[in-house]
Amino acid sequence: MTTTTAPTPARPVAGPKLRTRRGHSVDRPRRSVLLTVLTTVVGLYAVVPLAWLVINATKAQEDLFGSFGLWFAGDFSLFQNIADTLTYNDGIFVRWLGNTLLYVVVGAGGATALAVLGGYGLAKFTFPGKRAVFAIVIGAVAVPGTALAVPTFLMFSQMGLTNTPWAVIIPSLISPFGLYLMWTFAAEAIPTELLEAARVDGASEVRTFAQICLPLLGPGIVTVLLFTMVATWNNYFLPLIMLKDPDWYPLTVGLNSWNAQAATSGGQAIFNLVITGSVLTIVPLIAAFLLLQRFWQSGLASGSVKE
Amino acid sequence: MTQTVPPPVVADLPARPGRRPARRGRWTGWGFVGPFMAVFALVFLAPIAYSIYLSLFRKQLVGGNAFVGVENYQRAFADPAFWSALGRVTLFLAVQVPIMLGIALLVALAIDSGRLYGKSFFRISIFMPYAVPAVVATLMWGFMYGTRFGLVGNINDAFGVSLPNPLSPDLVLLSIGNIVTWSFVGYNMLIFYSALRVVPASLYEAAAIDGAGQWRVIRAIKLPAIRGALVIATIFSIIGSFQLFNEPSILQKLAPNAITTSFTPNMYAYSLSFSGQQYNYSATVAIIMGVVTMVVAYAVQLRGMRKEA
Repeated sequence: MTTTTAPTPARPVAGPKLRTRRGHSVDRPRRSVLLTVLTTVVGLYAVVPLAWLVINATKAQEDLFGSFGLWFAGDFSLFQNIADTLTYNDGIFVRWLGNTLLYVVVGAGGATALAVLGGYGLAKFTFPGKRAVFAIVIGAVAVPGTALAVPTFLMFSQMGLTNTPWAVIIPSLISPFGLYLMWTFAAEAIPTELLEAARVDGASEVRTFAQICLPLLGPGIVTVLLFTMVATWNNYFLPLIMLKDPDWYPLTVGLNSWNAQAATSGGQAIFNLVITGSVLTIVPLIAAFLLLQRFWQSGLASGSVKE
Repeated sequence: MTQTVPPPVVADLPARPGRRPARRGRWTGWGFVGPFMAVFALVFLAPIAYSIYLSLFRKQLVGGNAFVGVENYQRAFADPAFWSALGRVTLFLAVQVPIMLGIALLVALAIDSGRLYGKSFFRISIFMPYAVPAVVATLMWGFMYGTRFGLVGNINDAFGVSLPNPLSPDLVLLSIGNIVTWSFVGYNMLIFYSALRVVPASLYEAAAIDGAGQWRVIRAIKLPAIRGALVIATIFSIIGSFQLFNEPSILQKLAPNAITTSFTPNMYAYSLSFSGQQYNYSATVAIIMGVVTMVVAYAVQLRGMRKEA
C-alpha cells in the first residue's frame, strides 16, 4: 500500500481538511484548554525544581535557610556566588569543569565515532558473525553497572589505569544505545542503491562512507553525540570508584564532595556553592539541547525518513 | 515519493535492517564494526569474564585466592541483606516504572494530538530534567525535602501544617522514586513522541473517514504503532531500577538512618568491595543481579514482541 504525499500545500485545500503536516491530526483539531491545563501540571513538576535551583543560586548561605525557597531573598548574591564557586579552594571547580570537558570531548566524541562506524557497518553490510554481534551487544545493555564496575576497577588497577583520566574515558567509549540508534538510523537514511552506485563508479569503501554516507547520517550523529555527551557529562558512578585524586574529578563527583564536606568534622558547609555549582553544571547541557534541538529531534524520529 | 506502511519505528529492534545489504566483500563490514567491538571487548566482555572468575574464588588470609566453586553463590542466596535489597528494588520498579511511563505516555499523546497550546514549550520543558545529572537532581531534591529548612519546611511554616518527613525510613523509597520519575519522565516522553511522529498520516485519514473518534484512534492506531518504543522504554526502566545507586547513595548523607549501605543490590555490591574489601563476594552479588536483570528484561521483550506478531 502506497500513498503519494504531494508537496504540502501552503494552505489547506478545500474539502475535508486532511493533515497538512506530520504530527497534526486530521481535522486540525481544536485546541483544548483542559488538556493544556493537565499537561501544565506535568510541566510545572518538571520546571519548578529547576526554578528552585536557579532562585536559590542567588542567595547567600544564611538566606538559603532563612527565606522562602521559591522566592528571592533580599540580597541578590548570584554573582558573588558564581565568583566564590569559581575561586573556592584555588579554583578547583574550574579544574573539574576542565576535566569534565576533557572526558566529554574524548569520551563522548570517541563513543559517537565508534557508534557511527559500527552502526553503519551493521546496517549496510552482511558479514560473518553479524548475528552474534547483535546478540552480544543487546545482551550487554542489560548488564548492571556494578557487575562491570568492580571488575573493571580491579582490571584497570592492575593495568595501572585507575586514578588517571583513562579510567573514565575508556569505558565511556562504548555506548550500546548509541550503536543501536545509529544502526536503525543508517538502515533508513542510506539507500543501498546509492552505495551500489558509488561502488560501480569505483569509489573505495572509505571514500563512499566519508563522502556519501556521513552527510546523510548528520541528524543521527547529532542525536547520538548529544546522548553520549549527557551520559559522560552526568557520569558519577564510574569516576567515583576510579578516581581518588580530586584533581581528576569531574563536576559531578566534585559537587557531591562539596556537599559531603558539611557532614565531615571540621568541614565547612558551602551549600550556596553546591547550588550555584549545580546551576553552572547543567547550563551547558541545557544550552546544547536547545541549540541543537532541530537536529537531534529529527534524528530520533529516524523512521520518518522516506524511501 | 512513496511510503511503505507501517514505517519502521525508531525503537524497533533492528533485527531486519532495511533492504538487502551490500554483499561485496564478505569481511568489509568488520572494518566498520571492528573498532567498536574491540573496545567493547575490553570494557564489557573482559570485566564480565573477570567477575565470573572472581565469583568462584575466596580471598584467604593465608595462601591468597582459593577456588570455592559456588560457595559465594550459596552465601548470597542465604544472605538476608541481599534479599531485602532485591525486594526493595523490585517494589520500587513495580511502583515507579508504571507511574513514570504512564505519565510519559499521556504527555506524549497530548503533545501529539495537536490540541495543546504551546506544544513545543511542553516538549522542551518536560524533557529538560533529563539534562540534569543525577548528582545535581538528588542534591537539589534533597535540599527541597528538608523539613526544617527545605521547601517542605517552608510549606509547613507557611500553612501551619506538618507534612511527613520525605527522608524518613517509611517514605524515603517514595522520595527516591520521585527523583527518578522527575529525571526520566521527559526522556521517555520523547521516545514515545518520536515514535508517534512517524505514524503515517494516511492511517489517520482512513480512521477519520471511518468516523473513528480520538480514543479509538489512540487504541487502534497510536498504541500499536509505538509498541516497540514502549517495550524498549520498559526494558531500559527495569534495568535502571535494578541498578539504582546514585540517588540513594547521595541521599544517604541526609538520611543515614533510612538508607543503609545495603539499601539496593548495587549499593551493597559497592560497599562490599570498596568498604569491605570483599571483592569476590561483591562480584558474585553483581553477577546475580546481572542475570536477574537480563532474565526480566528478556521476559518483558518476549511478551511485548509476541503481541506484535
